Formats: sequence, structure tokens, C-alpha cells
Amino acid sequence: MTNTIIIPAAERKLKNRVGVGRAISNTSTIAYRALLKMFKSPEIFVDFIVLPVMFTLLFTFLFGGAISGDIHSYLPIVIPGVLLMASFTNCTTAGSKLREDVDKGTTSRFKSMPIARIAPLAGSLIADIVRYAMGGITVFTMGYILGYRPEAGISAVIFSILFITFVAWSLSWVFAFISLCTKTISTASAIGVVVMFPLVFLSNAFVPAETMPDWLQYSVLRINQLSRVVTTVRQLLAYGSTGADFWYALFGALVILGAFIPLTLIAYKRKT
Amino acid sequence: MNNIITLAVEAHGLVKTFGDNRAVDGVSLSIPAGSICGVLGPNGAGKTTTINMLATLLKPDAGNAKIFGYDVLRETQIVRQLIGLTGQFASIDEELTALENLMIFGRLYGYSRSDSKRKANELLEEFGLGDVASRALSKFSGGMRRRLDLAVSLISQPPLIFLDEPTTGLDPRTRTQMWQTIRNLVKSGSTVLLTTQYLDEADQLADNIVVIDKGRVVANDTPDGLKRSVGSSSLRLTVKDADKAANAAHIIKRVLNTKVHLAEASELIAPMDNTDKLTDVLTTLKDAGIALSAVSILQPTLDEVFFALTDGGSKDKDDEIK
Repeated sequence: MTNTIIIPAAERKLKNRVGVGRAISNTSTIAYRALLKMFKSPEIFVDFIVLPVMFTLLFTFLFGGAISGDIHSYLPIVIPGVLLMASFTNCTTAGSKLREDVDKGTTSRFKSMPIARIAPLAGSLIADIVRYAMGGITVFTMGYILGYRPEAGISAVIFSILFITFVAWSLSWVFAFISLCTKTISTASAIGVVVMFPLVFLSNAFVPAETMPDWLQYSVLRINQLSRVVTTVRQLLAYGSTGADFWYALFGALVILGAFIPLTLIAYKRKT
Repeated sequence: MNNIITLAVEAHGLVKTFGDNRAVDGVSLSIPAGSICGVLGPNGAGKTTTINMLATLLKPDAGNAKIFGYDVLRETQIVRQLIGLTGQFASIDEELTALENLMIFGRLYGYSRSDSKRKANELLEEFGLGDVASRALSKFSGGMRRRLDLAVSLISQPPLIFLDEPTTGLDPRTRTQMWQTIRNLVKSGSTVLLTTQYLDEADQLADNIVVIDKGRVVANDTPDGLKRSVGSSSLRLTVKDADKAANAAHIIKRVLNTKVHLAEASELIAPMDNTDKLTDVLTTLKDAGIALSAVSILQPTLDEVFFALTDGGSKDKDDEIK
């Protein structure tokens, strides 16, 4: 069997720290693992295709006539909204794979290995970026099929996808944190749904805020920061430019990252 | 003795508490390089917690431990380069193939893609998984999963390997295969620390057995030494009349000159070195007018090891007959 002779401990070159290069290589290996698993699991189909397609068709045909008179003129309103909802839904499950690793003992094994401590966490969340971006691409493809042609062209579409992916990624750290703090994975996903619905529907994602009473308009546009994300995407797609909402949203995302990367890391270390 | 013997593990007074529960309560261990140490104990004895402290997963509340002379708390990353850990649950990815699983760990240890692939393929061959290398794990049997899980912790060829209950839940044939694998590991120069609930497993594999109960080391001996203290076989008697059990126990105790354990109302268990004495026991009991409904001689079980080892000071010994 094992014909290689083990090198004794005393004859090994050993270092008591993990360098930056190693940390990056570890993180990309874990991200590769997560992607490999992602593309081999059936959920990928739901995340990439079913949800975005379903949301786009559902909202467009259900609300199109009522809100904008016809489906075609509703598309510029609903596509950014669906984009938000699809990526938001995807990021509520961000922590579930991580949690699975913790529960299965894979995390313990990682911890017993000479790898960078942040790698299992960062690698897994970085791989998720692919999910958010793919969801966005599907939404725009669906929009295109339904006849949506954004005024600002393809570069605005690409920038919108990048922007929404970044926002979703920063939010995913919040959900990763939640899933590491709850007792079971199902509790975490229940929290995800409970948080997602009011936030997405109490925003301007599917309806123009102008039709709301003043007090509601204020809360929807000023308090719910997700509206800023939707407004930014709408402006981008219509005029190819962004306003104050873009900077608010970007700032918000950075604040979330600043707060939740360390918090998630602490929760992760506690759990293992 | 000369002091050239390298210690793979050297732990002193390890303590770990979870809330009120002192899971590990002052465990000391020393394992010479190149040997197999079996940590034997029932569920919840503190075996896994001890391994987790040695494998840098948990910080001990008190005590210290060195792996090949490197401190687990201060030289954590060095220790991690010297150990391989296979936990109780196969921590491999169901969706991936055996080869992919191994290669990912090879990459994590810093090997190049081609090196990882070569090492992975070598290990798969060695573990008899070469034919199924590119099959998804969901089609693997329990034994194959365990073997792959062990292979994963060997990819970096660590000089010390922790195996947490490597054969729990395996069928007898796979279990024997696993034993052979473990023996081969040591032949190639590794040191192995394995935990088990089975006396025969520790007996088969270990050079030294450490018995743990309620977070404490209750015995640390060679398999032979341990068996001497337990008796090579164990006598089980069931008396017809439960009222006479105590009386029977006294008689057996006198004849065999050992402790006698009252398992149930009318079942008595006693360690026995010399089976010839069975006749003496039976005659004496008959003379005393105590009728028996069953007699058997069995291999000692873990329960009996504990009974034999944890005498005197320990608390819950009301079932022991003095």
C-alpha cells in the first residue's frame, strides 16, 4: 500500500504563518470547489433559470397592464425590480452551503489544515458572485425576449449587472452571518424569506413610487435603501448615467461589507 | 534509556469545559513517533474533544500539548502541517467525484495541479478506489466513503494522523480492511492516534491503549497489560432466584479472588483469567444451594474494562458488590 516513506517532522521545512500568496491560492481553491459543487447540484437550475424566468414573466404579465397600461411600457419599470428580487432571493441562501460545511465537519477539517483562516468563508462567498451575475443575465435575456430594449444600450446592461451583483454580494455577508448564528439551516432560510419579502415589496421595485401617498413614498424611497438600488438601475438603463442614489447604494453596500465581513468571520470561527 | 525517542504527541493536563460539563478533565498523553495509540472510551467520554484540542480545532482551557515538539497554541500553523485529521463523519463532498475531492485538498495543501492529480491518483489506487475515481460520491458505499475520507487526510503525507472512530458503522469486512490500512500507515512511518469504542479494535491495532472515562484517563497500558487487569475472559452467570444473587456474588468473589459486577437483578459478571476455575465456581455454588439458569464465558466488553478499571474512588459504584 503506502510505499512512500513519510518524512519525519524534524526534517521538514515549517513556517508558522500563512502568506498572502497562499491565502489567495487557498481562497481560489475553495471558490473553485464551491463552483464545481454549484454546477453539479440541481439547485443551480432554480437559481439561474427558474427563479429569474418565473419572476420576469409573473410580474410583467400580472402587473404590466394594471400599472403601465401595457406590458411593453412596464418593462423598464419591472426589469430592474425583478433583477433586484432575483439576486436578493439568491443571496438569502448564501450561507447555506457554508453552514452545511460546518455541520458536516468539513470546516473542522479545513481548520486542522495549514490554510488561511478566511479562505473557506471568502472562497465560498466569492463563488456566489457567479450566481448573482448569472441570475442578472437571465433576467435581461427574458426582458429582451419580451421586447425590452434599454435606451442606454448594452454597456448600461453590463454595468447594471455588475452593480446589482456587487450589492447582492455585500448583502450575502449578512445572510451568511445569519445562517452561522441560527440553530439550523431552515431557520436561516426562513429568516431570509421573512426579511426579503417586505424589503422588496415595500420598495419601488415593481411600482412607481409616485402613485403612493406621501408618507409611504417617503419611507419607500428614503428609508428602504433597496429602492435606491432599483432607481440606480432604472436611471442607468434609461439614460446611461447615475445620480445620488447610486452613491447612497454604493456607500450602503460598503458599510455592510465593513460591518459584516468581520462579524461573519467571528461567527464562523465560533462555530468551528 | 536514551532520550532520542521522538514524541509525536505530548500533552499535559488538558482540560476543556462546555458550560457545566467538564468534557476533558486533565488528560495527559504521550505517544512515541511511529506507534499507534488507541484512545478507548464510551460515547461522551471526551475522546473527540481531546483529539480536537490536539488537532488545533479547540483551545484547551488548561494544560498544554506539543506535536513533535511544537506547541498547539503558539505554533498552530506548524502543527497543522504535521497532522491529518479524519473525523467521525465523512467530510467529503457528495456532489464531486473521488478524484475531485482529493485534488481540492491537494491544492489546499499547496501542491500544483499536476502534483495534486498525481498524488490523488496514487492514493485512490492504494485505497482500492482507482476504478471509481471519476464517479460521484453519492454512489459510494459507507466503507468507500470512509476510505476516501482517510485518503484525504493522507494527501499531504502527515507524520501524525488522528482517526476519530475510523470503523464505527462499518461492516466486519470493511472494518478489517480499514485495520490493515491503518497498520500500513504506521509501516510507512506515520504515527496514529485513533479513538474507538471497541476493545478488540484497540487490542488489534494499538501499541498503547489509553482508556478515558468522563474526561479522565483511567488507564494507560499496553493491550496485554490492560487485558491482564480485566481478565482474558469474563464469566457471566444468571442465578435462578434473584434473592440469592448477592450471596452468589460473595462466593464467586471468594473463589476467583476478583471483583464481581452485578449487571442486572440476577446476572453476575466476573473477570476470569483461568477458565479451569469455572468448575470450582460451579461446585461451590451448587454446595451453597444456589441454582443457575445460565452460564457463559465471553470476551470482556468495554463495560467490564471500565468496571475493572474504575474502582474505589469513583462515585456511581453502587452496583459493585464488596
